[in-house]
Amino acid sequence: MRAFLPAYEMETPRDLAAALDCLASAPGVWQAFAGGTDLMVLLEAGKLPQKKFLNIWNLEELRGIFVSAEYVTLGALTTYAEVQRHEILAREFPLLCRAAAETGSVATQNRGTLGGNIANASPAADSPPALIVYDAEIEMVSMSGARFLPYASFHTGYKQMNLQAGELIRAIRLPRVRAGRKQYFRKVGTRRAQAISKICFAGVARVEAARIADVRIALGSVSPAVLRAVRAEELLRGQRLGSVDLRGAQDALGAEIAPIDDMRSTARYRRSVARNLLAEFVETLVG
Amino acid sequence: MPEPARKIRVSCVVNGAAASFEAYPMARLLDVLREELKLTGTKEGCGEGECGACSIELDGQLVNSCLVPALQAEGTRIRTIEGLAIGDNLHALQQAFITHGGAQCGICTPGMILAAVNLLAQHPQPDGAQIREGLSGNLCRCTGYMKIFESVVAAVRQTESRA
Amino acid sequence: MRVIGKSVPRKEGREKVTGRARYVDDLSFPGMLHGVTVRSPAARGRIRAIHFEGGLPWHEFTVVTAKDIPGKNCIALLLEDQPCLAAEFVNHPEEAIVLLAHHDKYLLEEARRCVRIEIEPLRGVFSIEDSMARKEIIWGQDNIFKSFDVEKGDVDRAWSGAEFVVEGVYETGAQEQLYIEPQGMIAQVNEAEGVTVWGSLQCPHYVHKALMILFGLPRERIRVVQTETGGGFGGKEEYPSMIAAHAALLARKSGRPVKIIYDRAEDMVATTKRHPSRTRHATAVTRDGKLLAMDIDFTVDGGAYETLSPVVLSRGTIHAAGPYDCANVRIRSRAVATNAPPHGAFRGFGAPQSVFALERHLDRVAEIVGITPQELRRRNFIREGQTLAVGQVVKEKVDMNGLMERAFELSGYHAKRKLFAQTNSDSSARGGIKRGIGFASFLHGAGFTGSGEEYLASEVAMEATADGKVHILAGSTEMGQGTNTIFAQIAAEALRLDCEQVRIVQPDTAYVPNSGPTVASRTAMIVGKLVETAAAGLLQLLRERGLLRDGYSAADFSRACCLYIGKHGALKSFVKYDHPRDLHWDDQKYSGDAYGAYAWAVYVAQVSVDTRTAEVRVHDFVAVQEVGKVINPVLAAGQIEGGVAQGIGFALYENVVWQEGRMVNAQMTNYVMPTSVDLPAIRVYFEEIPCGRGPAGAKGIGELPLDGTAPAIANAIAHATGVDVRRIPITAESLLEMLEAVHA
Repeated sequence: MRAFLPAYEMETPRDLAAALDCLASAPGVWQAFAGGTDLMVLLEAGKLPQKKFLNIWNLEELRGIFVSAEYVTLGALTTYAEVQRHEILAREFPLLCRAAAETGSVATQNRGTLGGNIANASPAADSPPALIVYDAEIEMVSMSGARFLPYASFHTGYKQMNLQAGELIRAIRLPRVRAGRKQYFRKVGTRRAQAISKICFAGVARVEAARIADVRIALGSVSPAVLRAVRAEELLRGQRLGSVDLRGAQDALGAEIAPIDDMRSTARYRRSVARNLLAEFVETLVG
Repeated sequence: MPEPARKIRVSCVVNGAAASFEAYPMARLLDVLREELKLTGTKEGCGEGECGACSIELDGQLVNSCLVPALQAEGTRIRTIEGLAIGDNLHALQQAFITHGGAQCGICTPGMILAAVNLLAQHPQPDGAQIREGLSGNLCRCTGYMKIFESVVAAVRQTESRA
Repeated sequence: MRVIGKSVPRKEGREKVTGRARYVDDLSFPGMLHGVTVRSPAARGRIRAIHFEGGLPWHEFTVVTAKDIPGKNCIALLLEDQPCLAAEFVNHPEEAIVLLAHHDKYLLEEARRCVRIEIEPLRGVFSIEDSMARKEIIWGQDNIFKSFDVEKGDVDRAWSGAEFVVEGVYETGAQEQLYIEPQGMIAQVNEAEGVTVWGSLQCPHYVHKALMILFGLPRERIRVVQTETGGGFGGKEEYPSMIAAHAALLARKSGRPVKIIYDRAEDMVATTKRHPSRTRHATAVTRDGKLLAMDIDFTVDGGAYETLSPVVLSRGTIHAAGPYDCANVRIRSRAVATNAPPHGAFRGFGAPQSVFALERHLDRVAEIVGITPQELRRRNFIREGQTLAVGQVVKEKVDMNGLMERAFELSGYHAKRKLFAQTNSDSSARGGIKRGIGFASFLHGAGFTGSGEEYLASEVAMEATADGKVHILAGSTEMGQGTNTIFAQIAAEALRLDCEQVRIVQPDTAYVPNSGPTVASRTAMIVGKLVETAAAGLLQLLRERGLLRDGYSAADFSRACCLYIGKHGALKSFVKYDHPRDLHWDDQKYSGDAYGAYAWAVYVAQVSVDTRTAEVRVHDFVAVQEVGKVINPVLAAGQIEGGVAQGIGFALYENVVWQEGRMVNAQMTNYVMPTSVDLPAIRVYFEEIPCGRGPAGAKGIGELPLDGTAPAIANAIAHATGVDVRRIPITAESLLEMLEAVHA
């Protein structure tokens, strides 16, 4: 424990309104604390400069998974364990369930939340690529009201996000899709369980009359924030399955990612594997 | 020098009995269990939620107690390894770990057994892949996991034959 | 046999599964303070000043520096070159400089951050190459801790007769022991008893000796007690002396008990690791694949101080030429200094390094000669009566071919070797997955090398109580490998009792004799033999007095003990190691009978390589070994399974990332060991040829699995992909580059 623990404060607001009130009254002073699976690690490493935390773990307003005709809406406090257990998510949003199953361990999945993961904004997180390819929207709430933002616009840089002081993430909304989609998710980590990803690839495509009618591709760990690979998407969109210009798509992808060397892997590896995973994704579209 | 925050009083149920303690709000539940409640069966292996040696049951769910701040333990039901055996009667998993070599140095064992308890609660008759998956958050450096799996399988068989 | 050969349940199993076993951090003493260590930020330099900042109430703290050391400022081991606390110079990152104690562990942590050490940096040396090039002299005259030169036959003359000469360089990286229980000690110093330490350790008498010299106190004033130890693997062989010294110095200055427990990051960054190595092979072979000559150059990186490097080097050197018959062998080896925290003991102790090189090299030799790897081994496996590289005539039954064939049968080696070669060339249809199967054949000597056991002169005592219980007093420690249980079995067998009647006394230097360190795969064979002999001694005392007849029962035994003790006061036996007369070792020439016995093994690994990501999966692992009598099948299999798991980590996962002598990935998130889903079924098979030197015929097995696992995997990867693996760990990053090169 590398932190001076007595300096840290935590309080439990009685409800969401009280939490938002607290955040508004002292901007930048309080930080939301949900399952703690990221923040406690930082605390123990002596890397948590923020000292005052609001325990939002029990706020019912942030829990629950709601299904309507158009959306599945997940409360920000939905845990990875809850994601995996939900029948409709398993059926219609399997990539999110895959990501949840590959995040941390059983124990961390019981405490780790989607909202916390999004707010922690690690470029190596596993759920964000799945959320991107599902066109997720983030609902944020503050004393001034609520607003929605496409998740693809949420992250603006390394650990930078479109979240104002006084705002909390309330929910993540996933538009339901009628037609069948081809779906692909692959996380390459340092080992097969409990691993931080070296690179993570999520892809969803609608195939009609043997053409790629529409496609979404997102990657983790290849840029300062989760990346939607719009150039690669553009190149693939409309292509006939038998004659996809894979090399072209791979080059486009290579141009839009910016992987680095770090303790876990190298830029070169990430580049090569990104190309290979794209090839694997395209293969699954054919199959 | 930073001003110390005041300690809080937390009340919860630990191993079936009411428990109450004072702690800094963000003190680790792991430390509170070991130091305030003197339940030293839960171990620290890494302090970063990677090894699972600190695994406990919190409101019926397996969690890493090194990642839970004391304040969030308020009003919860906690079970540690000390709460598994009933008097002198070991849980089937505990007995199996002894007989089948699931414990070597023993430091991962409390967390591993609780993870196995949690696994069997989700999958009473797990196949090999489910056992591996269910225990993948608990690191063991001694066994290579083989005899841990054998212990879990033996415990399942034992429980079936008794039922 | 009644008890030996049975899977008697672990002696301390109940305590472990209920959470009642007491590891050092579970203990608390009245008035106890916590202690922390302030460490060097620089790899090498001169300490200019120490500043205590932050406005903390420093008067509340106990502060210890080198000046507070009453005896000699060193952690005595083979040499006394390693300081307990750096005084004027630091020679590696994280070297200990200042110790602090306080009752508030949170304030203490804040204090650690607020001690600023001002160091005038000096240039450091961080690789074997730079050390040997003597870019800086950082240790002794030439940066060399120790060197060996083993010569058998005439290597230079053999080159001319060779159809093939195959050369290669092989490297292994550092490996962190990663016991799940971090290092920890509690110390107490007072007038009445002197210095007492309790902690997680493998060798109480090593710590005892080190503290005697540090404090300048006689034997009776130092006491070392082993607490339940959560894994060691060598990482707690020598390092505990350092942390014990630190805790004891704080205890002495504060007058209170002091507990130091390392957190994981500190443990990883500051304590010992496996020695990185570099081996160069040059091998002369005939057209038929008969080894004519082996010229081996073996170097290990010892870090900043000597510690155990000469002994690691020794074992690596002796194992470098493997279980093969070759008339001409030269092994030149050295351990060199770099400015990293000293490297140290880790299961295998030099052999995993040199055996990786040899077994990978021999597969390459086979390829160049144009025969299969197994045929090359078959034509060269050593047999009884032939001579190993250091001149030891093999006097035990050995059938390496038999082991190899059995391993092949159990793993389906032959069929898979053919099948994978076919299907791999068709890889596009299989989604880019290539499969391979490979093996390694090797041996591992049990006990200390050469005259080592004679020098150790280990002792064991045994005592019976009036109600027929037997206590074993030995310095050997339990750390999960099963010492307590097999000692009980050995004694119970010899005395015709149940294991429940035998108790292992907690290793405490005040009460138990020095049985030598718990290392070197010696505990079952060497110390177990002493236990067996001590039991026989006890029996003899009772028989001589006519108190026991043949076929006596446990009740008879109790009665006999009661009578004997009633009359003589105590019933004890005491045994000291007696070096076998038939073992001869020449320390000067470094040749002769290196080990009293060897375990022999062939391991087969089956892997798949995903060519898209270069991820390697081990799908099946077969471990066949001949180990003498297996005392406890469950425990023995557990040792091999766990060792293979560590070997898989060594080969594929465990990568220490260095930056100027400092490990920068010192978290379990970033230094990665295999989880339960990363490992295959590890299938273990024993053959037993009883060896007279061990109790009931047992030999040593603890380190064996670390030798053959990594090369078997490397050879399997080579088979799968055609990549010529030369170093471990085989990271996905390096493998992907090599795959791309093979493809191009």
